[in-house]
Amino acid sequence: MNTTRSKPAASLPPRRGVRSLRRLGGLCMLCAMMSACGPVLNDPYPAAERGENILYTAFTQQPKHLDPVQSYSEDEASFLYQVIEPPLQYHYLKRPYVLEAGVADQMPSVRLYDAAGRELPADSDPAKVASSVIEIRIRPGILYQPHPAFARDDSGALRYAALGAEALRAIRSPVDFAETATRELEAGDFVHQIKRLASPHLHSPIFELIAEYLPGLKKLQAQLLAEARETPGWVDVGRFELEGVEVVDRYTYRIRLKGIYPQFLYWLTMPFFGPVPPEVDRFFGQPGMAERNLSLDRWPVGTGPYMLVENNPNARMVLARNPNYRHDTYPCEGAPGDAEAGLLDDCGKVVPFVDKVVFSREREGIPYWNKFLQGYYDASGVSSDNFDQAVTMTSHGEVNLSEDMEQKGIRLLTTVSPSIFYLAFNMLDPLVGGGENASAADSDRARKLRQAISIALDMEEFVSIFLNGRGLPAMHPIPPGVFGAREGERGINPVVYRWVDGKAVRRSHDVARRLLAEAGWPDGRNARTGEPLVIHLDTTPGGLGDKARSDWLAKQFRELGVQFVVRPTDWNRFQDKVRLGNGQLFFFGWNADYPDPENLLFLLYGPQGKVKYQGQNASNYVNAEYDALFDRMKVMPDGAQRQAVIDRMIAIIQRDAPWVFGFYPKSYSLQHGWVHNRKPGSIVRNGLKYQRLDVEARARARMQWNAPVRWPLAVLVLALLVIALPAFLHWRRHEHATAVRVRATGRGD
Amino acid sequence: MLAYVLRRLLYAVPILLGVNLLTFLLFFVVNSPDDMARIQIGVKRATPEAIERWKVDRGYDKPMFFNEAERGTAKLTDTLFFDKSLRMFALDFGRADDGRDIASEILERMGPSLAIAVPTFLLSLFASITFALLLVFFRASYLDFWGVVLCVAMMSVSSLFYIIGGQWLVSKLWALVPISGYAGGLDSFRFLVLPVLISVIAGLGSSARWYRTIFLEEISRDYVRTARAKGLSELAVLFRHVLRNALIPVLTGVVVVIPLLFMGSLLVESFFAIPGLGSYTIDAINAQDFGVVRAMVFIGSVLYIVGLILTDLSYTLVDPRVRLA
Repeated sequence: MNTTRSKPAASLPPRRGVRSLRRLGGLCMLCAMMSACGPVLNDPYPAAERGENILYTAFTQQPKHLDPVQSYSEDEASFLYQVIEPPLQYHYLKRPYVLEAGVADQMPSVRLYDAAGRELPADSDPAKVASSVIEIRIRPGILYQPHPAFARDDSGALRYAALGAEALRAIRSPVDFAETATRELEAGDFVHQIKRLASPHLHSPIFELIAEYLPGLKKLQAQLLAEARETPGWVDVGRFELEGVEVVDRYTYRIRLKGIYPQFLYWLTMPFFGPVPPEVDRFFGQPGMAERNLSLDRWPVGTGPYMLVENNPNARMVLARNPNYRHDTYPCEGAPGDAEAGLLDDCGKVVPFVDKVVFSREREGIPYWNKFLQGYYDASGVSSDNFDQAVTMTSHGEVNLSEDMEQKGIRLLTTVSPSIFYLAFNMLDPLVGGGENASAADSDRARKLRQAISIALDMEEFVSIFLNGRGLPAMHPIPPGVFGAREGERGINPVVYRWVDGKAVRRSHDVARRLLAEAGWPDGRNARTGEPLVIHLDTTPGGLGDKARSDWLAKQFRELGVQFVVRPTDWNRFQDKVRLGNGQLFFFGWNADYPDPENLLFLLYGPQGKVKYQGQNASNYVNAEYDALFDRMKVMPDGAQRQAVIDRMIAIIQRDAPWVFGFYPKSYSLQHGWVHNRKPGSIVRNGLKYQRLDVEARARARMQWNAPVRWPLAVLVLALLVIALPAFLHWRRHEHATAVRVRATGRGD
Repeated sequence: MLAYVLRRLLYAVPILLGVNLLTFLLFFVVNSPDDMARIQIGVKRATPEAIERWKVDRGYDKPMFFNEAERGTAKLTDTLFFDKSLRMFALDFGRADDGRDIASEILERMGPSLAIAVPTFLLSLFASITFALLLVFFRASYLDFWGVVLCVAMMSVSSLFYIIGGQWLVSKLWALVPISGYAGGLDSFRFLVLPVLISVIAGLGSSARWYRTIFLEEISRDYVRTARAKGLSELAVLFRHVLRNALIPVLTGVVVVIPLLFMGSLLVESFFAIPGLGSYTIDAINAQDFGVVRAMVFIGSVLYIVGLILTDLSYTLVDPRVRLA
């Protein structure tokens, strides 16, 4: 027995040696593989990209649509606006936002006509204007990105216009086609895209709105629908006429609108009105393309500074420099302070500066933030999770970068977004709105109740607690930077604030209690019956009315003696409640499509009522004077007269208080010191072409910040050995043990 | 055995029908076609006309189960349920609401999911069985006691802690591997090493404890005593005899999981930005995309059924006494 047991012991040293060697070999292999990755080991990008002029950024939500006729979200704009060039754009630096020509030769002229077709002067009475004509001339010589849809064979026919299933077998993206070509941008491409707005399969989100103004768009949709029923598959919109649009010559097209619609020029900055070449539309319309996810919705084609070369919305999207991009230069004028901030240093230089833009998908905030700190993303937002790490706030509410960030050369950019978040009262609710057929007295009581609540809900505190100060308490629907918003004493909401020592001070709870008593609810009890006043907040889980915020709101209401009940519901039911007018008080928000007061004040325009007209007026507020003023204001040019009308409109809604004007969100953005020319402004979405990188500085910083620490690996191995040692000793003891204790003589007990 | 497999496959048909029906009902209880249209068109400017057009275009304007306007079998076939759910039995998954082909999307995402799931599965299995056998080897000693304590401690910690802690320690502090991301081919190694390691460690405590219990039951059997009496070393007894005889309960838990590896891991894929299938269903639920939800539930059900059949088949391989009739 002893002999048998001694066998493993005898063979132990070589086996242990072999095992150790294997371990060591494995470790060496791991180290070798890691070393092969380059001087830094945690670089998430391929070694071939090192030192390249590539801007790295991230996206959290995958884009749903990249077809310019459908795309309407901020997530998609980051990609699409770099590829598709509409006729107009916003000046990159000037604030307030200024419209300028994009691919258009100059700002288009708008001509007004009466019903008899006679041209009217520009300052005509809008009531007399029957139609307005916008003539757009595009710059000659602009070329599209290289694309297989433009490739032609020797006979001049399109090479890839009749592809069969066999030809498409190995194709996964437009990059897989052997041949590409380009062609010049023409006026017809813009007209083709406008016709696509009517396509029944594309579901353009702005179809209804544009069809109100563009004659023939609804008729075209009916024709396309009939055509689609008869011939399934792709429908060539080019074969149909659209009454309101015509090609004048190769570089000019004309849009005729019903009546007058000055805001239409803002729509001309959006990809909805960008060019789509008919041959590209036809190329993607071929059978078999959609099955391979080859469509304009995934592979937009344009004349912009960049072209989409990789589209994996689950992992990464890559924009590469368009080799055919027109001669375009960095602006030489900007807003006050831009020159001091170095934003005019590249004046007159040819753009784009960056060769490639890599967008990586990051679903979680922690890895996104850490990769930014490691230098692997050139810019980042500031979320609540990392706010304290990034930003410090002084006792005066000033925002500064934290010391760590400053040491890294990171810069903080802030801007107020052209958006508003508000608490809407449902004006159809008998308690807070007075109801649909309320008497004057009831309406007055409900108004005072709304005013009292507006005073009691301390939005300064809300912004400070829940947004880390990333918001400005709102006084009315128009955010700063948009025409119509006033600053200083004239800009405050006098119902809620007083102007004291040069700043707005919220009125006291005593004022709110007095208003509450006047509304028939002294101390939060019904003056007649003694019943408590109960206010219901309709909200969605995770929305602005979530638990912590609801608790805060309840505390605010308690100050007035008002009971507060939260009615949480899922998003769909919440939308139903708002649509059917069953809510009482709810959070809502709006991101302006364009920087015009019309796009914000219409949120309280009677004919936009949610319940009656399925419009955007979620509180169903109706005020005849306000509506009449809105009709006037929306067709007025910016100026003193328009400002006066806006002032009056704002005074009406401040008095009526259909909303608790919540806050205008402030956007905080961080960028590394090697990123230049980045100016925040959510309305300007095509700004990537202006950004410049100091690639060497980035490489140096990455090396410095990401030096690998290898000794923990050795410690880890050592620790494992230390842990394994008692196990080994135990095993050896076990293997050498006998069933009975052996004496020195070798005989058992 | 063939007859058994065929019978089990036939049983699967009503199960899959039931799963489909349940998915269909549950989805449309929460989301109406109008809600789906609103999400797709964009809430900002979705008019009733636009919603109606979207429904007609995507076939969501049809009655749910019975179309009175049609004749004959079309009363049943020209319905939302037939159109959107039953076609999947022909593996026709159709398109997501954003127009993307669901089958090709699944194929595209399956690779990265498997790249992380397969090594995690194999290493976890190996590590937990080895660890459990060692605990059994050291049974009733202080090593066993502290080993079990370690297991309990490990299973008490949330997997999120392992992920965030691992990323912070290995990627941020030591800068040894990328925090997140993915690349194809050999380059994928440096992206997968940390998530795989974390997944193995995160699952080690619970599975090692489970296997230890199974092995301890087996260790007191007669054949083990006989093996020892024959003079076999304890390690040989454990790894050659005990492990083989304890395989039935091990296989019950393991084989059924194998087909589901295709479905990916939600948490790990999210934090490590692995472009796999893990989040596909969740993203689809958030986007109210019925096309993707039904396809993923259907595939999940099919894979689970396949897993159960494979488990039964595996019993015959490890235990000759088992006969499938």
